[in-house]
Amino acid sequence: MNIIVPIKQVPETSNVKMDPETGTMVRSGVESVVNPLDLYALEAALSLKDSHGATVTAVTMGPPKARKVLDMAISMGCDDGVLVSDRKFGGADTWATSYTLSEAIKALGNVDLIIAGERATDGDTAQVGPGIAAWMILPLATYISDIEVESEKCLIVERLVEEGYERLRLPLPALITVVKEIASPRLPTLRGKKKAMQTEIRTLSTENLTLESTNLGLKGSPTKVVKIETPKVTRGGTVVEAMDDASVTEAVDRLMDFLRQREVV
Amino acid sequence: MSYIWTLAEQANGHLKQVSFELLTRGRKLADSLDTKLASLLIGNGVSAEALRELIQSGADEVYYVEDPRLASFSCETYSNIMVELIKTYQPHTILAAATSSGRTLMPYVAVKVKTGLTADCTELDIEETTGNLLQTRPAIGGNILATIKTPNHRPQMATVRPKSTRPPEPDADRDGKIINVPFKEEWLDGRVEFLGYRKDAGDFENIEEADIIIAGGKGMKKAENFKMLRRLSDSLEGMVGATRDAVDRGWIGYSHQIGLSGKTVSPKLYIGAGISGSIQHLAGIKTSEIIVSINNDPEAPLHKIADFAIVGDLFNVLPELQKRLEGGK
Ligand SMILES: Cc1cc2nc3c(=O)[nH]c(=O)nc-3n(C[C@H](O)[C@H](O)[C@H](O)COP(=O)(O)OP(=O)(O)OC[C@H]3O[C@@H](n4cnc5c(N)ncnc54)[C@H](O)[C@@H]3O)c2cc1C
Ligand SMILES: Cc1cc2nc3c(=O)[nH]c(=O)nc-3n(C[C@H](O)[C@H](O)[C@H](O)COP(=O)(O)OP(=O)(O)OC[C@H]3O[C@@H](n4cnc5c(N)ncnc54)[C@H](O)[C@@H]3O)c2cc1C
Repeated sequence: MNIIVPIKQVPETSNVKMDPETGTMVRSGVESVVNPLDLYALEAALSLKDSHGATVTAVTMGPPKARKVLDMAISMGCDDGVLVSDRKFGGADTWATSYTLSEAIKALGNVDLIIAGERATDGDTAQVGPGIAAWMILPLATYISDIEVESEKCLIVERLVEEGYERLRLPLPALITVVKEIASPRLPTLRGKKKAMQTEIRTLSTENLTLESTNLGLKGSPTKVVKIETPKVTRGGTVVEAMDDASVTEAVDRLMDFLRQREVV
Repeated sequence: MSYIWTLAEQANGHLKQVSFELLTRGRKLADSLDTKLASLLIGNGVSAEALRELIQSGADEVYYVEDPRLASFSCETYSNIMVELIKTYQPHTILAAATSSGRTLMPYVAVKVKTGLTADCTELDIEETTGNLLQTRPAIGGNILATIKTPNHRPQMATVRPKSTRPPEPDADRDGKIINVPFKEEWLDGRVEFLGYRKDAGDFENIEEADIIIAGGKGMKKAENFKMLRRLSDSLEGMVGATRDAVDRGWIGYSHQIGLSGKTVSPKLYIGAGISGSIQHLAGIKTSEIIVSINNDPEAPLHKIADFAIVGDLFNVLPELQKRLEGGK
């Protein structure tokens, strides 16, 4: 089985603090990492490789430094990494991003399964995975929480939706996006890290892909960001202390009053 | 002038509440552009009364595509239908819900009809000078609000966060047209086969639909203590949420996780107990109407963004709160 995992590099957020005055993110020293939700996509692909045999290729679109996330993917056990990079790709919205990625994936040939993350933690649209499927006219199953291999050509998957879990029979080739429930991501190994150092990362650009130039980057993007604001996070609410029995009773009294006044109880 | 469309959603022949919320949004846009509002519904077995409810809630027209094979969501088939209807009627704007199906179908359709799509909007407006749709959405874990336009492509498409607005008051006297669009065999894709719902879904709960959420974090100490939250949520007719730390410890299932790698919720009331308020957790609760925090650390970040903060031991505060709710006063 040939599996492609599109992964995105995003600003690392675990150490990010909020400035309570301005409500903005304190950005100093923020590094780029693999989109945390893409680690689950990588894990899903690597467990299929372990159980059924597969070649797993991680693909990322971004500036040259995005290759770092490919090294991470290889050190977890991916066989290859492909960097899709060109100045002309810059500023792409999800429509243009999914176009470019779909062309890159087509150029790699012969794909059986594409496993994308549920969404990226920065742009947070969850649109790139479905977009790639649409460009490639592949069947699409999103929010997958479990994968069973029925045959070389078919998967049974479970899809997490509002009503519970749907079960679907999905013919390959197909694209799925996975949720965190699928498996816990493995850690990179020392051997993997060595392999990452030795693996040559292929780069795809406008030079070796045949692309419609009007579909690329900022210019080719139908959506335009016109304004960015930082919402205030501080609500300036009531603070009450409840450190002993008497103050617990009083605090809960005041909470009940507050909830009644706001008409929620 | 082309219409504003909303995409209604159904499950087992019943319209979902979010279908009506979209009409609140759509009505406002249609009025400011002086055009009509239509609701598109793909599904099976929805009653004529239910369709009329869409009219009573603000739609001028309802397009209903019905077939037993449309009973469960299929991205490929639904998108074939939408693409053809979009080409035929050329709507100005299409709004869908940012739900598991809306967030799957809309990007698929946007690619096929070559237009932009803005995700998970919380505000929608019309730009006076151009008539363009101004779409505002939280991104980067809710830390910024971006306003996005699709100036040169039609239709303009957006998904809208569930519960970010109220459904309209229905008006029994409102008139409108219900149009049954005959199903065409050629729309059927049939590659993906729906096998059914998993019977044993564990402690699954759809917290995105909750009006009241009572959430617990690592401060709850153990799985057993989540029963306290369950009792409270039963009394409040709400649902139970959790932080990643609580889910990772196996105290409660993943469907309850709120935050950057879990659900984004917008209840009327969110109560967080034993939750520090990490930026990743806050990302999922910022659009809640009222936030209450219970934590014995006065410096906990959740206290800072709460409307009502109790600095105290949750093991004293929660039982007291339970007593009050059961006492009925
Ligand atoms: C504030 C802000 C708001 C935005 N809002 C919108 C919007 O509403 N509509 C819109 O069209 N664009 C929007 N964009 C642009 C969008 O963020 C970019 O196109 C981005 O490159 C991809 O979208 P995403 O981050 O939402 O990824 P998602 O669609 O959430 O990512 C889902 C999955 O797709 C794959 N993937 C995504 N990006 C890449 C990549 N570069 N390389 C490899 N795999 C990838 C990963 O598997 C990932 O898990 C916005 C950008 C900003 C800064
Ligand atoms: C990429 C990434 C994604 C993430 N996604 C998510 C996500 O989706 N959702 C999420 O929640 N987290 C997420 N996290 C984890 C997040 O960073 C925090 O670790 C987590 O939210 C902390 O959970 P907590 O508040 O339960 O635990 P803690 O931060 O440990 O807080 C426990 C709190 O309980 C209080 N407490 C203890 N005992 C009592 C008592 N007796 N009475 C009252 N209060 C008490 C303590 O004062 C403390 O404030 C993510 C992290 C990363 C890096």
